[in-house]
Amino acid sequence: MKISLTVNGNLHTSEVEPRTLLVHYIREHLGLTATNVGCDTSSCGACTVHLDGEAVKSCTILAVQADECDVTTVEGLAKNGEMHPMQKAFMENHGLQCGFCTPGMVMAAISLLREIPNPSEEEVRIGLEGNLCRCTGYHNIVKSVLDAASKGAAGR
Amino acid sequence: MTGSILGNRVLRKEDPKFLTTGGQYVDDLLTEPLLAGAVHVTYVRSTVAHGRILSIDTSVAESMDGVIAVFTAESLGLQPENATYNPAAKRALLASDKVRFVGEPVAAIVTERPEQGEDAAEQVIIDYDVLEAVIDIEAAMETDTLIFDDIPNNVVFDTAAIGMPDISGDSFFDGCDVVVDGRFVNQRVAPCPLEVRGCAATWHDGRLVQWTSTQHAQGALKNIAKANGIDEALVRVITPDVGGGFGAKIGTYPEEVLLGTLAKQIGRPVRWRETRSESMVALGHGRAQIQYVRIGGSRDGQVHAVSAKILQDSGAWVDVGAVLAPFMTRPMLSGVYAIDRIECRTISIATNTTPTVAYRGAGRPEATALIERAMDLFAHELGLDPVEVRRKNLIAPFNEPHTTAIGQQYDVGNYEKSLDLVLERADYAALRAEQRARRERGDTKLLGIGVSTYVEITGGNSAGETARVEVQPTGRAIVYTGTSPHGQGHVTSWSMILNAETGIPLENIDVVWGDTDLVPVGGGTMGSRSLQQGGAAVHQAAVELIEKAKETAAQLLEASATDIVFDVDSAAFHVVGTPARSVGWSDVATASSPKEGIAHDTNFVAGGPTFPFGAHLAVVEVDRETGKTTLIKHVACDDAGKVLNPLILDGQIHGGIAQGAAQALLEEVRYDDDGNPITSNLADYAFISAAELPTFEVVHMETPTPRNPLGAKGIGESGTIGSTPAIQSAVIDALAHLGIRHIDMPATSERVWRALTSVST
Ligand code: FES
Ligand code: FES
Repeated sequence: MKISLTVNGNLHTSEVEPRTLLVHYIREHLGLTATNVGCDTSSCGACTVHLDGEAVKSCTILAVQADECDVTTVEGLAKNGEMHPMQKAFMENHGLQCGFCTPGMVMAAISLLREIPNPSEEEVRIGLEGNLCRCTGYHNIVKSVLDAASKGAAGR
Repeated sequence: MTGSILGNRVLRKEDPKFLTTGGQYVDDLLTEPLLAGAVHVTYVRSTVAHGRILSIDTSVAESMDGVIAVFTAESLGLQPENATYNPAAKRALLASDKVRFVGEPVAAIVTERPEQGEDAAEQVIIDYDVLEAVIDIEAAMETDTLIFDDIPNNVVFDTAAIGMPDISGDSFFDGCDVVVDGRFVNQRVAPCPLEVRGCAATWHDGRLVQWTSTQHAQGALKNIAKANGIDEALVRVITPDVGGGFGAKIGTYPEEVLLGTLAKQIGRPVRWRETRSESMVALGHGRAQIQYVRIGGSRDGQVHAVSAKILQDSGAWVDVGAVLAPFMTRPMLSGVYAIDRIECRTISIATNTTPTVAYRGAGRPEATALIERAMDLFAHELGLDPVEVRRKNLIAPFNEPHTTAIGQQYDVGNYEKSLDLVLERADYAALRAEQRARRERGDTKLLGIGVSTYVEITGGNSAGETARVEVQPTGRAIVYTGTSPHGQGHVTSWSMILNAETGIPLENIDVVWGDTDLVPVGGGTMGSRSLQQGGAAVHQAAVELIEKAKETAAQLLEASATDIVFDVDSAAFHVVGTPARSVGWSDVATASSPKEGIAHDTNFVAGGPTFPFGAHLAVVEVDRETGKTTLIKHVACDDAGKVLNPLILDGQIHGGIAQGAAQALLEEVRYDDDGNPITSNLADYAFISAAELPTFEVVHMETPTPRNPLGAKGIGESGTIGSTPAIQSAVIDALAHLGIRHIDMPATSERVWRALTSVST
């Protein structure tokens, strides 16, 4: 089937099989490999991207469902070589270790701040419940998100 | 003087990549030229826990779309091989005569596309004569059903059988006023690195090149060479970025070492990546002990004797999990306490479950859990505050090696101080007052406070670690390390160590690891060894390189090498007394070799293992009505010796605490009676999330070890070791006034609720 969608600002028109998941389309057709796959039960959130501005687990969506949509992955966040405030906050607060959950975590966190611009710690924890990390104990991830929020990342 | 960078909070050099383009994990090697045209391997796994294979019919699968070939042990001629830790256990890389756990690989399917392999795997028909599944370790020692034909009672390792002392009996507790018994289950958990296992392999110029998600490329190389029947020189292992390991990626697995053979059969490169559901049953599991404990002492709280019989679940193979109880748990049983008499026998038992391996802490969390739980039981029996009982028994501060009754020698310790720091930060007295107040007013939210004090062993291997430092003519440096980061930040830490000695700026330093052609000798990253061995090796290489460079600088400055001094602030060499005329790294490197620059190789051997220690305090709230347990506060003091980068140190502690909390409260791998896993994906396994944890409080303390020039001990596992018993203890403490003495981990709401109902009726 033929789909056409915008990914990180670039328009792509591709032929895909109906069963192709959005995450596989992004990774294999487009070669954007930052978005990871960590499970097969839509539990881990490593595959989180933005679909028309909202966080979705891209392993739960077929590529054909993203037809005519606007997709952003972590590769599309930096502008003119400058990291998004959320990316910077993760760096400054050591919000990542092995980095495997990180792209999905950053995308989920940005989406969270769009909904709740100044969240409490508890709101961050509940908001990120669907994104698993095995390395950081979430401590510095939560700190990163709160730090980004305090610096006004919500508008970005 | 600008002063050394060591000890400063330095942001990680590796982060921009992970945050913008993502890591390059094995699954991301889409444009690697050597892997062009790669096919996909899917393993067909056993769906029964124990059975004889009567037949394997691959004909339907072979005719399916995209299927290139289907291989079995028979078609590949795979012969049974002995397990390292017990040669009487034998299996082939693909199950041949028998299957021994659900998830064991039985056949390999090679397809053009991964999804074709998944479809074809469902069409491989395996006929089994199903045997009794042996799941429980205590039952396993009694049954007539043998998992390995030549291993009686399914006992794969027994300390008494290799001449280590057995436990003696009642006389061991002579002179004790009070003796308490306990049976603790240290449950089986899944390591769950967020990246599952994956590899790619190809034959190139007569050599096998294999990319693998591993903690130890040089170890993997040996196993890959052996499985392919080729000389080690004909194998190159490359480690891409690795999305976590936690011990489970130290060794190799059949699915990995078979790939070279499959690539050769097909004549094309192969890729393999398991699904999470496969990973949950085929990546090794951790912990899995049952501990029988007796502790005795006098009424004032002094402990005199501890006796333990530990049963270790080895699963359906004799991997490293089988030897953790005897060699990691047993030696650490004295904990931080001066106990006159300690005895321990460990027995490792095969079951029809996933084989056990190392998992964060690997035997030491089990030791700490055992002695800490025993201390609590002893304190409860005496009606004393568990903190005061601990304090009474602590080994006094020492700077010279201290040997415990079980024979383990510790390097340096100041245990009481770490306990005091934690109690002070948490305001222990106020917490106890709050607990009393809640109990008195009948609050439905019970407060529980748990304290653990611990010591563990890190960097226990004596083979040393390699480092090579190269300075190129441009002045850029490359560090080659035998350790293998997968989240620990070695790029930053090793750059800091090199910078501190050589003055070469952090941004001009690259770090290389995990490629066996570039780093042929290395011990990998495990057992919290990296900084104290690999980092110390980088330090040693830098110091030696400077001495070597002085020779070249002497020629350039027309002086004698003994008159050359190196000034780290300016990163330059000059003749003593005349700093105005100097030569820098680029000059020296160019003069040494205009093409290659200057380099130095070294091997650092530590003065022995190190013994990080500390104290943790956990506070939980338990809902009396529902049993729901919430960790609301966790204070940790982990003394890892001299700190290199507090940013990374704290990150390691946080991650460790979370995994400890996960074991204490939530996570458990479970099987039904037939050996079917019932926690085999992330929807069913209670992987801990952000919503189940509080922000942690970390208190710093630094007692340097004399065993390496950095004064560093390991920090990768301490957080897990200290937190698990503190949190378990807090849950029990919340219910202690109701007469509850013990609840096994994980203290799930259901389990706590059952404990509550057992006393309220
Ligand atoms: S891969 Fe999408 S939720 Fe885990
Ligand atoms: S940083 Fe490793 S899983 Fe989150």
